[in-house]
Amino acid sequence: MIKTDHILDAKGLACPMPIVKTKKTMKDLEAGVVLEVQATDKGSKADIKAWADKVGHHYLGTVEEGEILKHYLRKASDSEVESEKNHPNIISNDDLETKLADENITIVDVREPAEYVFSHLPNAISIPLGEMENRMSELSSDKQIYVICRTGTRSDLAAQQLADSGYDVINVVPGMSEWAGPTTSSL
Amino acid sequence: MDLKQRQASEVASKVLNKEDLFILDVRNEEAYGDWKIEGESVTSINVPYFDLIDGVEDLLPELPKDKEILVVCAKEGSSVFVGEELIEAGIENVSYLSGGMKAWSEYLEPVKVGDLPGGALYQFVRIGKGCLSYLVESNGEAAVVDATRMIENYTTFAENKGLTIKATMDTHLHADHISGGKALADQVNGTYYLPEEDAGEVTFPFTALKEGNNVTIGEVTIEPIYSPGHTIGSTSLMINDAYLLTGDILFVESIGRPDLAGKAEDWVLDLRTTLYNRYKEMAGELVVLPAHFSKMAELGETGVVSAKLEELYEKNEGLHVEEEAEFRRMVTENLPPQPNAYQEIRETNMGKITPDEETRREMEIGPNRCAVN
Repeated sequence: MIKTDHILDAKGLACPMPIVKTKKTMKDLEAGVVLEVQATDKGSKADIKAWADKVGHHYLGTVEEGEILKHYLRKASDSEVESEKNHPNIISNDDLETKLADENITIVDVREPAEYVFSHLPNAISIPLGEMENRMSELSSDKQIYVICRTGTRSDLAAQQLADSGYDVINVVPGMSEWAGPTTSSL
Repeated sequence: MDLKQRQASEVASKVLNKEDLFILDVRNEEAYGDWKIEGESVTSINVPYFDLIDGVEDLLPELPKDKEILVVCAKEGSSVFVGEELIEAGIENVSYLSGGMKAWSEYLEPVKVGDLPGGALYQFVRIGKGCLSYLVESNGEAAVVDATRMIENYTTFAENKGLTIKATMDTHLHADHISGGKALADQVNGTYYLPEEDAGEVTFPFTALKEGNNVTIGEVTIEPIYSPGHTIGSTSLMINDAYLLTGDILFVESIGRPDLAGKAEDWVLDLRTTLYNRYKEMAGELVVLPAHFSKMAELGETGVVSAKLEELYEKNEGLHVEEEAEFRRMVTENLPPQPNAYQEIRETNMGKITPDEETRREMEIGPNRCAVN
């Protein structure tokens, strides 16, 4: 079970309806939220990916459960890439890659659970940005914390929250969108 | 105007007769890039249906004003959706392909190759996939060679002509399409022939297709000729000393490749011996009939894919590679990608797995990739 914000039931519908409905549903969603589309049309997998890539939404992946295909999409926002980063301490992807074996750091992935499960750094733990305030206490203040998201924007917000609470925190820029190092999936 | 429905047979006859055909293919770009309806007289453009959900206005300038527009998709749902949008936008002459590319992949067009004593030889052109199968008839008896899984095409054809199918034969264990040979033989109580060397893992009974064991259909003799190289068992069929069915060994514009079972290195010499020695000793007048074609241009005036053996020794570049090392490179390097699901297709043809109808369909979707181009 992957936690998502919204579920669209397109089971039993033939092409083009799964995409027509997905498109309509996405339009009404807030940027950044994750939609799970349940479909039984096998062709929907290639089409939903092609459509999402074209319009700029993030196709996260598809899980097959028997006859049902569950597609995961995250609604894009234009501001995400260009927005200003406010947290002063940052590290590049390449530099983080050299620290992966360091036991004195904690890597926190603040993307949505569905983004995390399909692909994340092998030793990253998942705390979505929206849950950071409540779950901050899970983190040890003895370790340096590296926060990562897709493009560095959500992790910038998380870094500010953590810094305000006294953590030694560094934002990974740009993050998963250009990560070339090792990854793993939790499926 | 209403949206018209076009059957795969109508589209096939337009392609074969080289009639103008304008296609709007609304599948995703990857599917279109992989395979599409092609032909000398065919113009097609690709705009995925999901780009047209909100309207077709941007597309209108790209469409011809004076021609029928055939909308094509994977199964047909999206082509109906887009077709109706076009009509709403005021385009008059719009149709869709019934059953979509799925139907196109399964359509067979029977064309007559020539007369035989007491009958004739027919080629069944699977135009969407490039597969060719054959039916030999003589004095009310028939044999089917390299049958596709759509066996009702042969049974209906035989019924209409009052023929009894006595035998079905596969020139080799196919990896690019699911054979209908065994199923057809079972249905008509005929004999299924398959080369022994390819049948090591086959789980059902069959009769060996091998040199010396000629098969007689009415007044016609079918003579197996061992011609390995695509597979170790590949066997050609000489029909009445006039036609040579070469399976996947020799095509009109190219030659077979030996790697489908992962045996490229082992089978190169077999392939070379078949093409450069065995066939060369045969009569140049023989009409070569392959199991595949790769380009629509290979279809002759009547739709038949064929060539005289001596012509192929003149024109087919695959038969003009003097150096053995160069030949080895050509047939083992830079090969096109393997056909979709080829392992599963082989296992199905061996009787090891029995996927349902829908899965069989899916396994065969996509282009044929058997030849070295």
